[in-house]
Amino acid sequence: MAAISREEVAHLARLARLAVNETELDTFAGQLDVILQAVARVGEVAAADIPPTSHSIPLTNILRDDVVQPGLTQQEALSGAPDAQDGRFRVPRILDEEA
Amino acid sequence: MTTTAPATVEEVVARYEPVIGLETHVELGTRTKMFCSCPTEFGAEPNTQVCPVCLGLPGSLPVANKAAIEATIRIGLALNCSIAAWCRFARKNYFYPDMPKDFQISQYDEPLCVDGYLDVEVEGKTVRVGIERVHLEEDTGKTLHIGGATGRIHGATESLVDYNRAGIPLVEIVTKPVAGAGTLAPEVARAYVTELRDIIRSLGVSDVRMEQGSLRCDVNTSLNRPGAEWGTRTETKNVNSLRSVERAVRSEMLRQASVLDAGGRITQETRHFREDTGDTRPGRSKEEATDYRYFPDPDLVPLAPDPVWVEELKATLPEPPRVRRERLREQWGVSEHDMESIVNAGAVELIEATVAAGTSPDAARKWWLGELARRANEAGVELAEVGATPAHVAELARLVDEGKLTDKLARAVLEGVVAGEGSPAEIVAARGLEVVSDTGALTAAVGEAIAANPDVAQKVRDGKVAAAGALVGAVMKATKGQADAKTVRDLILSRLGAA
Repeated sequence: MAAISREEVAHLARLARLAVNETELDTFAGQLDVILQAVARVGEVAAADIPPTSHSIPLTNILRDDVVQPGLTQQEALSGAPDAQDGRFRVPRILDEEA
Repeated sequence: MTTTAPATVEEVVARYEPVIGLETHVELGTRTKMFCSCPTEFGAEPNTQVCPVCLGLPGSLPVANKAAIEATIRIGLALNCSIAAWCRFARKNYFYPDMPKDFQISQYDEPLCVDGYLDVEVEGKTVRVGIERVHLEEDTGKTLHIGGATGRIHGATESLVDYNRAGIPLVEIVTKPVAGAGTLAPEVARAYVTELRDIIRSLGVSDVRMEQGSLRCDVNTSLNRPGAEWGTRTETKNVNSLRSVERAVRSEMLRQASVLDAGGRITQETRHFREDTGDTRPGRSKEEATDYRYFPDPDLVPLAPDPVWVEELKATLPEPPRVRRERLREQWGVSEHDMESIVNAGAVELIEATVAAGTSPDAARKWWLGELARRANEAGVELAEVGATPAHVAELARLVDEGKLTDKLARAVLEGVVAGEGSPAEIVAARGLEVVSDTGALTAAVGEAIAANPDVAQKVRDGKVAAAGALVGAVMKATKGQADAKTVRDLILSRLGAA
């Protein structure tokens, strides 16, 4: 059985606002399925005594002190933006409703 | 079935039971952001407090702010929560430009603090509000919509984004559902947010100013028939004052009851509170918006607060506001009922500071709960925002004590203080409000009053002391109310040989 369906790929594409056509859906569903099947093989060797892993390094509590460090200037911050106005990033309208 | 919409909460509760829940966001007052070292000053020029981390630039790595973790643990402890032995940050993925990363770092199924409670007082009863969780996340940027009429996204063609706020530590406090409050549900909601605000303020971890957005509240409300399952809830956002919390619950109860009475059903949705009308209107429908694809943030290692550290933080907790209030109540010598009025008016800190500035508790209470509460109410603002400070009131009370102002003049001075005309002493000077204590001027006015009312004067000479009131009135009129009535009376009686 496929690890991911064509409908799931279409749903994810919609959430990510990616325009994916019908042919691409078939292609990506197939490719993603191969990846997911490969990753799923990890589950075959992971016994009940091995907890799910979210981090590859066994560290906790890496914290920093609450001390201000210089960041970017407004000009630097906006330098890579496709568009800007009044010191702000300018982007197309996203939702039709109130956010 | 009733055909008229219910007009009061009592009518609603006669047929339905309300269940409320509150989600409160508190912006922490740390010097730097949650995952980077950018400053957090309010009101800076747009995009001047940003860096590669909070702009989500490739290759940047977040590191958690120790002060924010400590503040959150202290909030959790103050709310009687258990502190997680181990927890992680998660990415909440969504498509909206208020976060440049396209996700917000939050906590999902592993919050830092869980399962606490907060006791609140409502009309002499203690109501225990369960706390589901307290978690830490980052605030979003500010979007300004252009091309539309009013800065709203509706009709807008483009959005301008400022990321100064993006990444400021935000603590979310979620209650368990509160059932059984009946007609008191709106008051319970308000009392909870008030108590929560007082606790967080006492911890010194946020300035918790609702009008500036450092304390923000979403209110969930549902109704069910007695004995039935809980109804569908709505979530009301944009509730920006304590008064609005209460009004939002009340208006949602009335609205939902009228929908249900008419045989309709409640849609699960986000609604927006409108300050001007006090009602709610529908916002974005929730049905499509909830697929956030949370997963543990691989860039941030788990948190595992050492129990010793947690105990150390516990030792830093201040006296809980409730305990403090009881202590102050005894110090001030006021009844429980009067103390509740003080609390409801938001006057505890104000009176405490006024007393600390040298005013008697009675006088401090009189001015804050009397004249100033009335003016705050008229203006529709919180007492703390009325325009007078404890220092103003202390100065005013001192002028009254020194006999330089009568109560009546003091009220006029307060009017000036509230209008922003300056300190009481400045207003007294500018408006010429000082008591006429110049004995010469008073003696002359008294002489004129006696000469103008010989019959009354004779009655007083004959021992009818009560008749002196008419003469006092005449003098007060002549001095435009700026004399002290008792001084005037004493002067008249001594002049007429009746004292």
